[in-house]
Amino acid sequence: MTDFLWADPEPERGYDVVVIGAGGHGLATAYYLARNHGITNVAVLERGWLAGGNMARNTTIIRSNYLWDASAAIYEHSLKLWEGLSDELDYDILFSQRGVLNLAHSLPDVREGIRRVNANRLNGVDAEWLTPAEVKKLVPIINTSQELRYPVMGATFQPRAGIAKHDYVAWAYARAAHRLGVHLIQNCEVTGFLRDGDRVRGVVTSRGTIEADRVALCAAGHTSVLASELGFRLPLASHPLQALVSELLEQVLDTVVMSNAIHVYVSQAHKGELVMGAGVDAYNGYGQRGSFHVIESQMAAAVELFPIFARAHVLRTWAGIVDVSPDASPVLGLTPVENVFVNCGWGTGGFKATPGAGWVYADTIAHGRPHPLAAPFALDRFTTGALVDEHGAAAVAH
Amino acid sequence: MLSVPCPWCGPRDETEFKYGGQAHVAYPSDPAALSDAEWASYLFLRDNPKGWFAERWFHSAGCRRWFDVVRHTVTYEFAPGVTP
Repeated sequence: MTDFLWADPEPERGYDVVVIGAGGHGLATAYYLARNHGITNVAVLERGWLAGGNMARNTTIIRSNYLWDASAAIYEHSLKLWEGLSDELDYDILFSQRGVLNLAHSLPDVREGIRRVNANRLNGVDAEWLTPAEVKKLVPIINTSQELRYPVMGATFQPRAGIAKHDYVAWAYARAAHRLGVHLIQNCEVTGFLRDGDRVRGVVTSRGTIEADRVALCAAGHTSVLASELGFRLPLASHPLQALVSELLEQVLDTVVMSNAIHVYVSQAHKGELVMGAGVDAYNGYGQRGSFHVIESQMAAAVELFPIFARAHVLRTWAGIVDVSPDASPVLGLTPVENVFVNCGWGTGGFKATPGAGWVYADTIAHGRPHPLAAPFALDRFTTGALVDEHGAAAVAH
Repeated sequence: MLSVPCPWCGPRDETEFKYGGQAHVAYPSDPAALSDAEWASYLFLRDNPKGWFAERWFHSAGCRRWFDVVRHTVTYEFAPGVTP
């Protein structure tokens, strides 16, 4: 008999918590609900197959070098969890702390970068400012010629940043959640909610109705669709975000390199493919595909920075649907519906937050109030004006 | 790449345009009279439907005029009968 990592149960009549979306965040949330709070009567409902949305489509970059205190706190919490995650889940997720460079190509870039390095250090996040010569020493294949249209004028460097194998992360959380009694239910699309005044009693799905004491939205680019069923609006726009991989190549790049200004980020996966991404397509879209000129411009940027890439072949391109918020920060916490919680708005940067968001969201759901790290990311910040503007640190994509 | 139907220039490549988001979001006639929640709604809340969506485009590398279209956010097709 084949040994499966998790079971494929029929939905039960009801659960203490129903999590909508079995991506990385949904699986991590279910796992920490069980592990940290003893809430094991949990179902994670997935419209398609487990971790087949953005969890299968991201570029796996992990870092915590965000500007503001609130962001540094939650992303650094996440990074610390990443550092113990293979042991925690007893699964080698190929977490590789190879460091991330964020290149500066103009004087404003340099000033913003140095400011961010200083802010990071004050928040206990490892960060250094590198000169072009130091960048060249770290990553010899970068073109640091001052003849470029946008020459490299320095970079921020976070040594503890890195990459992990996204599928293994999902499978590891799924197995661990399953072992603690969580039901992972695939091919189960939530199409509506059973309302009871200011609360919901459960969810209507393609596999029947399922009762729930609490409902946790965790559907990334589709969160607005669920919210509109619930009768409230979210400050989100869903956009296609494209990425690509090259064929398998010899190892030439052992650092993650990101450039906000000329719009590309790249790392080399363990197998050898170059993994690249850039900004979102401009228009709203749920189509999981984007426009080719976006790929073309990120390739142009990559070849300018790394002339050695010019002869590499693109193997595959794809897109995920990302939920972009006005301040490039997530929305995490309570909603206008009493027993419905929301975790969304991670935009182009959700993968890195997987463990931290799951941890904080589970705590928020378990206690019915925002976890301290989630409090600054409440929905009401758009009314109070206390935005967490991370357009600089959110890098290329927003 | 999308072929965007400019009502003055006809269908042109997407790279000639800038995207303007949801159409018909009017500036409040008396902004000072709004509550914080109403102002937040005007500033930050937009429809984000999976399906047909009325949206604005700017033909920045063409006639440099704004116009509204209805486009499907899954198939990306533009509804016929564009009205500027």
